[in-house]
Amino acid sequence: MAAHPAQTGATAGRPIPKASRAVFWNDPRVRGIFYQILAVALIGGAVWWLASNTIENLNSRNIATGFHFLGREAGFDIGENLIDYSPADSYFKALLVGVLNTLRVAVIGIILATIIGTIIGIARLSKNWLVAKLASIYVEVVRNIPLILQLFFWYSLITEFLPGPRDALHPMAGVFLSNRGLKFPLPAHEFAYDLAMVLFALGLIAAVALGHWAKKRQDATGRHFPTAWVNLGLIVGLPIAGWLLAGAPLTFNAPVLQGFNFVGGASLSPEFSALLLGLVIYTAGFIAEIVRSGIQAVGKGQTEASLALGLSKGQTLRLIVMPQALRVIVPPMTSQYLNITKNSSLAVAIGFPDIVSVANTTLNQTGQAIEGIAIIMAVFLTISLSIATFMNWYNKHIALVER
Amino acid sequence: MKYRHLAAVLGAACGTLAALPALAGPTLDAVKARGEIVCGVNTGVAGFSAPDSRGEWKGIDVDVCRAAAAALFGDAKKVKYVGLTAAQRFTALQSGEIDVLSRNTTGTLSRDTSLGLNFIAPNFYDGQGFIVAKKLGVKSAKELNGATVCVQQGTTTELNLADYGRANKISFKPVVIEKVEETVATFFSGRCDAFTSDTSQLAATRATAATNADDYVILPEVISKEPLGPMVRHGDDQWFDLVKWSLMAMLEAEEYGITTANVDDMLKSNDPNVKRILGVTEGMGKALGVSEKWAYNIVKQVGNYGESFDRNVGANSPLKLERGLNALWTKGGLMYGWPIR
Repeated sequence: MAAHPAQTGATAGRPIPKASRAVFWNDPRVRGIFYQILAVALIGGAVWWLASNTIENLNSRNIATGFHFLGREAGFDIGENLIDYSPADSYFKALLVGVLNTLRVAVIGIILATIIGTIIGIARLSKNWLVAKLASIYVEVVRNIPLILQLFFWYSLITEFLPGPRDALHPMAGVFLSNRGLKFPLPAHEFAYDLAMVLFALGLIAAVALGHWAKKRQDATGRHFPTAWVNLGLIVGLPIAGWLLAGAPLTFNAPVLQGFNFVGGASLSPEFSALLLGLVIYTAGFIAEIVRSGIQAVGKGQTEASLALGLSKGQTLRLIVMPQALRVIVPPMTSQYLNITKNSSLAVAIGFPDIVSVANTTLNQTGQAIEGIAIIMAVFLTISLSIATFMNWYNKHIALVER
Repeated sequence: MKYRHLAAVLGAACGTLAALPALAGPTLDAVKARGEIVCGVNTGVAGFSAPDSRGEWKGIDVDVCRAAAAALFGDAKKVKYVGLTAAQRFTALQSGEIDVLSRNTTGTLSRDTSLGLNFIAPNFYDGQGFIVAKKLGVKSAKELNGATVCVQQGTTTELNLADYGRANKISFKPVVIEKVEETVATFFSGRCDAFTSDTSQLAATRATAATNADDYVILPEVISKEPLGPMVRHGDDQWFDLVKWSLMAMLEAEEYGITTANVDDMLKSNDPNVKRILGVTEGMGKALGVSEKWAYNIVKQVGNYGESFDRNVGANSPLKLERGLNALWTKGGLMYGWPIR
C-alpha cells in the first residue's frame, strides 16, 4: 500500500502551466521522502513476509521454535574452555565457551597480525634488495592462497609431523612439543605473582596518566619529558620489584606426562595454534600492503622538511610520517580486523571449538537451526560492530584536525 | 504515467508474494513431477554411502533410496544424491532440499518430535564404539581416562561420549570436526588416542582408510544403541509409506527367499505371500499408489535386504561385518519385515 501516494499523485495530475514547476511531486525533497518511505515499506514487508512464512512453516511441521533450549543441559563436552564447563552445564554456557574461544583467537590474532604485518610492510620498502623481495614474495604467496587451505596445511603439519605425547620433543625443561600441542609451565599460584600482576595493572594506569601529563606540560611549556623510559620503568620495573620484595619465588606448575596426555601447566592445542597461525599469516599479508601504502602516501617533502627543521630520523617517523600514514592505514585496517574475526569461523573445519562449532553442535542436537544461526549471526555482528566502533573512534582521534 | 506503471508493478509483486503457498505440496507429488528422488546421504562412509571409482553412489543407505525409486518409477537409477555432513542433514530435510534422508542416522525421541521429522524404520542396528591404535596397548574403553578422542560433529556420538564419560567418571578431551573425512584423517595422523563412532563405521574406516588395518583395534565396549534408518518430514504420510514399504519389501523378499537372480522364477510361485509381494496378486501397489510391479522392481534392480547387506557391508565387501543384530528375526536378529498384505 506504500504505492498509494504515487497513484493519487499521478491521477490528480492535470495540465500544468510550464512556468510554475513547483508542483509538489516535482519537489526533490518530497520525492526523496516518498522514495524513502517506499524503500522502508518494501524492506519491512519483505522481512515480515519471510518471518511469518517461516513461523507458519515451522508450526505446520511441528518443529520446535524459540530460545527455551538455552537453559537445557547441553550434554556434550568441549575440548577447550577458558571457563569451567562440563556436559552437565546448559547450552547457554556451552555457547558462552564458544564465544570466549572466538574472542581469544580474534584478539590474539589481531595483535599478532598487526605486528607481523607492519614489519613486513616496512620490509617491503627496505632499501635492502633481498629483504624487500622476500617481503613481496611473502605477501604475494599468502594473499593468493585460500585461507581454508592454509588452515589445513598448518593443521596437518602440526598433527602429522609432530611426535605423539610419549615421544614428545623436549627442547627445554618443562616444555613439551607433541601432536597434543605445546605444553609449558605456568608460575604456580603464589602471593608474589599476584602482587606482580596487581603492580603491572597499576603501572599501566600510571603510565597512561603520565603520558597525558607530559603532553600537557610540553604543550604549555615546550619542555620535553622522557616518557618512554619512565613508562618502561613503571610497567616492567614495578612488577619485578614487587616480585623481588615478596621473596622472588621460582615455583612452576610444570606439565607431566600422565597416561595419555600431559597434566598441569598451560597448553596451546594444535587446533588453536593452526587456526591462529593461519589467520595471522594470511591477514599479515594484507596488513603489510596497507602499511606500505600508508607510508608511501606521505609525501617525500614531509620527511625532507622535517629533517631540514632539525628533527631526528626517529622523531620524523614518529611525529611527522606515522601520524599522517595512520590516517590512510586505519580505515582499511578496520576491515582486516573484521576479516580476522569473521574468518575465525573456519575453525570448525579443523576442530577448534569456536562459536560456530559449538552452535553447529547445538543446532544439530536441538534441531533449532534458525535460532542457532541467529545466535552465530548476533555474536559476530556484536563483535564486528564493537571492533568497528572502536576503530572509528580511533580514526576520528587521529584524523586531521582542521583549524 | 510512470508512477501508475510503478504502482501496478508493485501491486502485482505484492499479489505474487501473498499468493505463494506457505507449504510445498506433498513430497510424493513433487517427486513424481520431478521424475527423480533427491536423497540425502553421507559424504563418504564406505558400505553405507560413498561414491565408487566411477562416481556411482554405493552402500546400504543408498540402496534404500534406490529401492524407493524402483518402487515409484520402476527404475532404481532415478535418484539424485546429495552428500551431507552430520551437521547439515536435518536442516536439509526440514527445508525440503532433499526428499528423504538416508544417512546412517540414529532415530531418537527428540529427532522424531521436535525436529519435525519422522523416523521410518531401522535399516541397520548399530552401536557406538572406540577404535585405538594397537600400540597404545589399551584393551577396554574404561582405560581411556584422559584420552583425546576424535568425534564427528552433530552426531549422537558426541552426546554418548559425554554420557559415557560422566557415567564411568572418565574424562575425555574431544576434538570435534565437521566432516567425517577430516575427522578420520585427524585420528590416523595421531592427533587423537581414539576415534569414536558407530562400530560399523569404525570397521569401514579401518578397512578403507587405515594404511595397515591390523595396527588398529576396535574396543569391545558398545556404549550406545544406534538404530540407523531413513527419515522424512512430518506431515508427509504417503511418502513415508512408500519409503517404509520399499524397505519392508527388501526384508520380506529376503525372508521368502526372493533374490535378484530368482525373482523372475518366483513370479510363478504358488506361495500366496510371494504372489502378493511380487504383485502377481494385485492390490498392494494400488494401495501404495504405485505400479503393482513395485516390489518386483526393487528385488530385480536392488536385491533383497540380505543381498544389499552382503554386497555393501557384509561378507562380499571389504568391511566383512557379521549380520549380528541385522540378521532376520528368523535367524536370531532384529530385522523383522512387516507383512505385505
